[in-house]
Amino acid sequence: MNVTVTINGEERSADVEPRVLLVDFIRTNLALTGTHIGCDTSSCGACTVLIDGEPVKSCTQLAVQADGRSITTVEGLAHGAQLDPIQVGFHEEHGLQCGFCTPGMMLVCRALLDRNPDPSEDQIRWAISGNICRCTGYMNIVKAVQHAARAGAAPEPAPAEVAQS
Amino acid sequence: MFSAPFAYERPASLEEALEVLAEHGDDAKVMAGGQSLIPLLKLRLAAPGLVVDIGRVPGLAGVEARDDGVTIGARARHVDVERSAALAGRFPILVEAAPQISDPLVRNAGTVGGSLCHADPAGDWGAVMLALDAELVARSRRGERRIPATGFFDGPFTTVLEPDEILTEIRLPAPGARSGGAYLKLERKVGDFATAAAAVQVELANGHIGRAGIGLTSVGPTNLKATQAERLLAGAEPDDAVIDEAARLAAAACDPRSDVRGSADYKRDMIRVFVKRGLKAAIARARGDVA
Repeated sequence: MNVTVTINGEERSADVEPRVLLVDFIRTNLALTGTHIGCDTSSCGACTVLIDGEPVKSCTQLAVQADGRSITTVEGLAHGAQLDPIQVGFHEEHGLQCGFCTPGMMLVCRALLDRNPDPSEDQIRWAISGNICRCTGYMNIVKAVQHAARAGAAPEPAPAEVAQS
Repeated sequence: MFSAPFAYERPASLEEALEVLAEHGDDAKVMAGGQSLIPLLKLRLAAPGLVVDIGRVPGLAGVEARDDGVTIGARARHVDVERSAALAGRFPILVEAAPQISDPLVRNAGTVGGSLCHADPAGDWGAVMLALDAELVARSRRGERRIPATGFFDGPFTTVLEPDEILTEIRLPAPGARSGGAYLKLERKVGDFATAAAAVQVELANGHIGRAGIGLTSVGPTNLKATQAERLLAGAEPDDAVIDEAARLAAAACDPRSDVRGSADYKRDMIRVFVKRGLKAAIARARGDVA
């Protein structure tokens, strides 16, 4: 079956069997390998992507279910050299160790901040409760989200400052 | 993991979906959010010839509160119930149960109706619907059928739905003015199935318990309704003695299995504790003592 998605703003198509999982479609057919396969049993969240802005586990979606939808993967967070505030937060607060869970973590956190720009620590921990960090670096992941939330609350930098960064 | 090959249909309307099911019957499997079916397909515990994806069928996704009750569309997602302002005031039990299901990512995709049709004895919605005396509406080309929640589950992972039927909505009777509910669940970690859980709904009338509903999770071959405890409570004065006795009767109705999550005795006793706590919380809410 032909599956067409808008992924990170770009329309892409491939012909796949109905049984192909969304995560395999993204990694193999679309060659975007930032989305990881962890447990492959809907338990760990490493394969998290945003479908129409909402985080889901792409190991538990069929590619055909996503036909016509808009998908964001970790590759879609930055705009050129301009990192997303959530990426800056993970960088500044040491929100990753081995990095395996990081693409999924950053995407659920991006979706959280889109819904709730000023989450409490409880709300952050609740939002990431479907994503497992086996380095157990949760403290710094929470700090990374708080960093990104503060950056989001700050006034927009003047265009000149953006150009310098 | 890859499932066995299957054909795939994504009908654009309920009528079209019912046509496909009428034609393919037992060889077809209906999928809404896929959060129960896809793991089964991947593990090859299920190998249907055809998956009928109703994920875009219009008219099945709403959550509506009216004077005569609440209607939950079969493919309303768990997160839609969790965030429903319409339900929050009238059915706190639903809004309390929803965020205890699996994890936030699964709740963004999984549906209430899909979960009920999957009929996992560890499913949370089954217990809630039994406590609320919900009515499940099924459609086929042959017509519409209304099935009381008490008659919906036929065994582990089995419902009374015919192969050509689709669950379209869940109807809940309007709660009385003085009513309250609670859902208490023990899980080892977020996303795990319940070790044991209890859904409790109480309506008060003139200081007495008018009606009590109790549904149980993970302690039998299906979600169970603690009917003896419910009968004891109906018409009773809500004191500690009757609550303790109802909790004991609910525990006696369980038929749990020992497994990695706990021994049968432990699960049975957790039901006693949860029904007791749930009744106290539900009665307090019905009285308006707490939010």
